[in-house]
Amino acid sequence: MKYLDIIYKGVVTDNPTFVLLLGMCPTLGTTGSAITGMSMGLATMGVLICSNVVISAIKKFVPAGVRIPAYIVVIAGFVTVLQMLMKAYLPALDAMLGIFIPLIVVNCILLGRAEAFAGKNNVLASLCDGVGIGLGFTIALTLLGSVREILGTGKIFGATVYPEQYGSLVFVLAPGAFIALGFMIALFNNIRRRC
Amino acid sequence: MLEYISIIITAIFVNNIVFSQFLGICPFIGVSRKISSAVGMGAAVTFVMALATTVTWMLQYGVLDPLGIGYMQTIVFILVIAALVQMLEIVIKKINPSLYSALGVFLPLITTNCAVLGVAIIVIQKNMALLESVVYAVSTALGFTLALVVFAGIREQLVLADLPKSMRGVPIALICAGLLAMAFMGFSGIKI
Amino acid sequence: MNKNSMLSMVCSLGIITVLTGLILGVVNYYTKDAIADAALQTKIDALADILPEFDNNPLEQRNFAVVNGDTLIVYAATKEGEPVGVAVESPAHDGFSGDISLMFGFNAEGAVSGFKVLAHSETPGLGAKMEDWFRDSVASRSVIGRNIGAADFSVTKDGGEIDGITAATITSRAFLGALRRAAEAYRKYVSETKESK
Repeated sequence: MKYLDIIYKGVVTDNPTFVLLLGMCPTLGTTGSAITGMSMGLATMGVLICSNVVISAIKKFVPAGVRIPAYIVVIAGFVTVLQMLMKAYLPALDAMLGIFIPLIVVNCILLGRAEAFAGKNNVLASLCDGVGIGLGFTIALTLLGSVREILGTGKIFGATVYPEQYGSLVFVLAPGAFIALGFMIALFNNIRRRC
Repeated sequence: MLEYISIIITAIFVNNIVFSQFLGICPFIGVSRKISSAVGMGAAVTFVMALATTVTWMLQYGVLDPLGIGYMQTIVFILVIAALVQMLEIVIKKINPSLYSALGVFLPLITTNCAVLGVAIIVIQKNMALLESVVYAVSTALGFTLALVVFAGIREQLVLADLPKSMRGVPIALICAGLLAMAFMGFSGIKI
Repeated sequence: MNKNSMLSMVCSLGIITVLTGLILGVVNYYTKDAIADAALQTKIDALADILPEFDNNPLEQRNFAVVNGDTLIVYAATKEGEPVGVAVESPAHDGFSGDISLMFGFNAEGAVSGFKVLAHSETPGLGAKMEDWFRDSVASRSVIGRNIGAADFSVTKDGGEIDGITAATITSRAFLGALRRAAEAYRKYVSETKESK
């Protein structure tokens, strides 16, 4: 049960996007459509799970003074592996997400979780934390991507909901990213206050 | 000469790093409550970005490419940036304590500012020469500072606004950022 | 800070870095062929898309043509030894937001047989529509099937015969400019191959 709690915490009470406000760059930059948002969320989740597990496994052998650089190396290693795998097997997706793939390294969520959770807990708990936070991030990005795609182009995951000419293009462009996220955080705040 | 001016205008206004490239959003939201701290953060980022881009550019073409280990790019770049920031902190503390008290608090935050790593990678992807890269890095950082300062000015006023509870703080700030981004879209398509 | 802890700090960080480097080296070794293949595959797919049916490997039939100081890459396609068409990679440097990477296909008669947008950063919903717009079923928009000998590839605003994308004239001009250069490269390539025969 304890592990389910950790996952629930990551998705709802400690949601990285809506509550902790971490990892804003990919949140805004890759949510032009539902599918890119979801892919970015899954890619980040993959790296987060791996880095959480490895960091909690090696935490005893890393002296306190080089903790942060050591964590960065581990995270950067996994990001590079992901980069190579995507270039090799999912080149179209890699081209779509572009620079945001290598920039997973500086996503505050990863280093934040390494420092706040994986460096203090055992491997299994860290795995659950990675799954929870990663899932929370993926859900947030998919939601934001869906909202922007539907308002902007009248589609969701590429399937037409209403004719494109009635969409408001600004939601696919840069300003719409900020505005949609602002309203979504407000909505999330509102729901949380009532519960 | 003209091409450098073009790079500068493009990086500051047309392709503003915050409003059109979505990099450096975390400090943009986090350190924009006061104009004074926004200026400090901007100065620190400008300094680190220029230095980091120069060093990583040299490493890419001097070490990584000749050795054929281009895939180590991400690891090497982020370590270089982290080390640079650390060194800078020590040096500034020794040489100029007053500057340190002004910039010091922002320095540790810069390592995880994705704009710094982002620019270092972009100049390699775009095959820029060293001088071009440095000009690009400095003007991108200036664009970042501009965005940060303008936004901080707005947020100082926002504190006084009477808003629904759920909209206070970050949500309304993001919506204002969206309106600012819309204003910056007016620059797009400008050619020199 | 005593010497021992300094040593252990450097050592542990060094070990982690070396280990990570080794792992990356191994992954790189196993993925580098797949990465190269994936990059090639997008070009092969594009060629198959925009050219009439062919049975050679146009990527091996690479030629270069200089147009307005730009070097364009020309791929020649043949079927049973007979030339069936030519594809030209023609970038546009004057897009609305940066370079547009384009590839055009021409059949043996000199008509546009297809095109592919390989990479671009035009505005979504406006300039980014070029991939669909210029092959639209509305005849005045489509460039497909127009012969480079007869057609004037510029927007109607500039006196040409192609309707530009609504609200994206800069992108349309950039696209058609790239097409004109590609057509020029095609002409040069054809006259050169005739001379050599």
